[in-house]
Amino acid sequence: MALESAYAIEMLGITKRFPGIIANDNVTIQLKKGEIHALLGENGAGKSTLMSVLFGLYQAEEGVIKKDGKVVKINNPNDANDLGIGMVHQHFKLVQCFSVLDNIILGVETTKHGFLQKDVARKKIMELSDKYGLKVDPDAKVEDITVGMQQRTEILKMLYRDNEILIFDEPTAVLTPAEIDELMQIMKNLSKEGKSILFISHKLAEIMAVADRCSVLRRGKYIGTVNIADTNQEELSRMMIGRDVQLVATKEDKTPGDVILHVENMTVPSKLHHNNAVKNVSFDVRSGEIVCIAGIDGNGQTELVYGLSGLENITSGKITLSGKDISHASIRERSLSGMSHIPEDRHKHGLVMDYSLAYNLVLQRYFEPQFSTKYGFLKKKEINNYAEKLIDQYDIRSSQGAPTIARSMSGGNQQKAIIAREIDKDPDLLIAVQPTRGLDVGAIEYIHKQLIARRDEGHAVLLVSLELEEVMSISDRILVMYEGQIVGEFDPKKTTPEELGLYMAGAKRKEAGA
Amino acid sequence: MARNNKIEKESFLSKPAIQSIMASLLCIVIGLLIGYIALLIINPVGATEAIITIIKNYFTYPSKAAALKYLGNTLVKASPLLMCALSIQFCYQAGLFNIGAAGQYVAGAGASLFCALSLGLPWYVCLVAALLAGGIFGVIVGLLKAYLNVNEVISGIMLNWIGLYTVNMLLGGVKEVSSPYTLSIANTNPGALIPSLGLEKLFSNNKYVTIAIPLSVIIAIILKIVLSKTVFGYEIKATGIAKDAAKYSGMKEKKNVIVTLFIGGALAGLGAAFLFLTGYEQWSVTQSSVPGMGFNGIAATFLGGLDPIGTIFASYFIQHITSGGSYLDKNVYPSQISDFISSIIIYLCGFVLFFKFFLNGRIRANKERKEGGNK
Repeated sequence: MALESAYAIEMLGITKRFPGIIANDNVTIQLKKGEIHALLGENGAGKSTLMSVLFGLYQAEEGVIKKDGKVVKINNPNDANDLGIGMVHQHFKLVQCFSVLDNIILGVETTKHGFLQKDVARKKIMELSDKYGLKVDPDAKVEDITVGMQQRTEILKMLYRDNEILIFDEPTAVLTPAEIDELMQIMKNLSKEGKSILFISHKLAEIMAVADRCSVLRRGKYIGTVNIADTNQEELSRMMIGRDVQLVATKEDKTPGDVILHVENMTVPSKLHHNNAVKNVSFDVRSGEIVCIAGIDGNGQTELVYGLSGLENITSGKITLSGKDISHASIRERSLSGMSHIPEDRHKHGLVMDYSLAYNLVLQRYFEPQFSTKYGFLKKKEINNYAEKLIDQYDIRSSQGAPTIARSMSGGNQQKAIIAREIDKDPDLLIAVQPTRGLDVGAIEYIHKQLIARRDEGHAVLLVSLELEEVMSISDRILVMYEGQIVGEFDPKKTTPEELGLYMAGAKRKEAGA
Repeated sequence: MARNNKIEKESFLSKPAIQSIMASLLCIVIGLLIGYIALLIINPVGATEAIITIIKNYFTYPSKAAALKYLGNTLVKASPLLMCALSIQFCYQAGLFNIGAAGQYVAGAGASLFCALSLGLPWYVCLVAALLAGGIFGVIVGLLKAYLNVNEVISGIMLNWIGLYTVNMLLGGVKEVSSPYTLSIANTNPGALIPSLGLEKLFSNNKYVTIAIPLSVIIAIILKIVLSKTVFGYEIKATGIAKDAAKYSGMKEKKNVIVTLFIGGALAGLGAAFLFLTGYEQWSVTQSSVPGMGFNGIAATFLGGLDPIGTIFASYFIQHITSGGSYLDKNVYPSQISDFISSIIIYLCGFVLFFKFFLNGRIRANKERKEGGNK
């Protein structure tokens, strides 16, 4: 009888090529049973490709996959499922018009005489939900719930299927600090129960906190595997990037100037429920400061920005931008009055995915005399020249430059394009909603520098972020939102993540000083 | 050097326009082939001759003059078909499936004939009336879509029937005494006939050939320019592909939906006037099915690769084989065989996308193999 292998899954010498690029070049990953194994790498390093190979979405040209020491062939996700491999994808695979419960049981429905036994499923889901603290509303439709809850649904889906090998593809990108801590605990519990976890991330702190070992990829190449106990963040970051990076943004002290954005008693309705998502909120953003709205996902930040940008009508209150009342102005009028908006969902709002990069770069300005004639014709040459200028200036990388279709660009470069477009409008107020979500360390560093540059030039920046580290490092003032209200205002120099956490969780509140 | 040539050749094949044309031609060939098989099944003896007749259409006439005259007839009917196809296509660019083009066509027919026969108005007023009537039908669909989120296919289909029976009632007062057909414009109000400006001379004095034909082609070219070169086209397409991004950028997406459907409706309505104001056909007030012109437009627009210029040729082709089908020996073959062939082509048009996908896959695979080999 053969010795039982110590490894749950081994991927040995995997090579996967795409036209013009080697996504994985002889990569080897060995996942021990019951361990949490982190897979670290920048965007485009080949992490997702490697996992897609493991999940049967792609076939590797070279290399073998072994489960419990035996070579297996994974031709499609069903094979992966049969082997007990489950995955929470970075981009959720949920049926939008189904309820959370329906999504979880989809494909593994319990039936009796052909009828769904939803009560049985509901019981199991609620048990899992309670056990791991994955709060979901099983009857809410996916299209109505927050990104955070969608993520929890995905995780429940995997747990519901009793998978043995769990792949988490950037699971914390959308979670709040408290939720991340919870997730870390869940992952630890799962590994204690003998489940093996592959944790894909580029967040060093999380890897340090939860993983047992970490394998690093860089530009498709396997760099090495280290024991977390024997390493530190600096070493991991060097392995990932190949150079030293500034992990914390630095900025000079600056005294804020005039009030640019003045919000008074703003109330915004919710699409999810009959209560208001934003309740009677008042605050100011001054020139030369970065004000950050911190809070747990789903506490009204999204709706707050919708109200400010005009994507949603406010029910009461007043918004003033540079002295001009824009409470009921159209989106276009707000944009022309000096507001730029880096939206939360760059695929849905930020870009016309099937338009070229050049067309996307003028999405807010195509109607200006610079880009169109008075007879309504587009000046294609000017649009292209302008796009080339931005591509150059903001280092937007794509396969074909200005004519590249936005959909084919990497997430980081799509975000760079949006940032270039919004900043180049030279707005008085820049609203950035989770601008670094899902991006790698290099891109985050770049975006933080851009935001700080806006501030240093004397413009106002309103940043909505779920990442406390980001909030603490780049903001000048922190407003904490809880259940649609601002429950506290803080100076990042005089507060701690722990204190903010208490306010974010609703355990404490004080009147905002605005 | 050789490698460069190869790349150029590949990129020629990977050009979307070339792919569309190849895919459309392939659809036509397969469509005709299946049509031929159907003819063989019905009666093997004359099948070859029959399919040749369909393809030859007016060329079956030995005299050049006669051939030209019947070419004129084909063009007269291709022009409204083109307009309906453009209507569907324009809306499609904005993400709307304007199946209501059939009803907008009916509204245009009703308005133009009513103005011509009942009110005795000149042709240009009748054209404007048709344009507005079709446009209003479109706007109804647009308003429902924009403000109540009613699916444009549902409201469009319902309006098709509302339009048909309203027009039947409206034109009941101007029909011939002994038949269900409307009065002849030539006899009642010749001023309502679209002028030919001498065009008929090119087609052996075919009096139905009017400026409607070049006008529809010009409209197609204008649409091409609007869609690809103007701010309006930029907005329409952005609204069509990414509604939320369009809204985010400050475009009035509700207004765009309504305006798009107005234009779509106006095109279809105008198309009807382009046919009925030539006197080539008369409206039957007892008809109980919506004229197929609007639906055939769907075929033409997809066969034309969703491009206004391609649609010009596709509309002509579909009308060509439809007219060709009418020359078949009715005792042996049903003249609907042409409709059958066009329907097959319509189904195959779905295949256009598949063909493109297949071709791109092959190009990619080739490239990959080559790059793999270079390693």
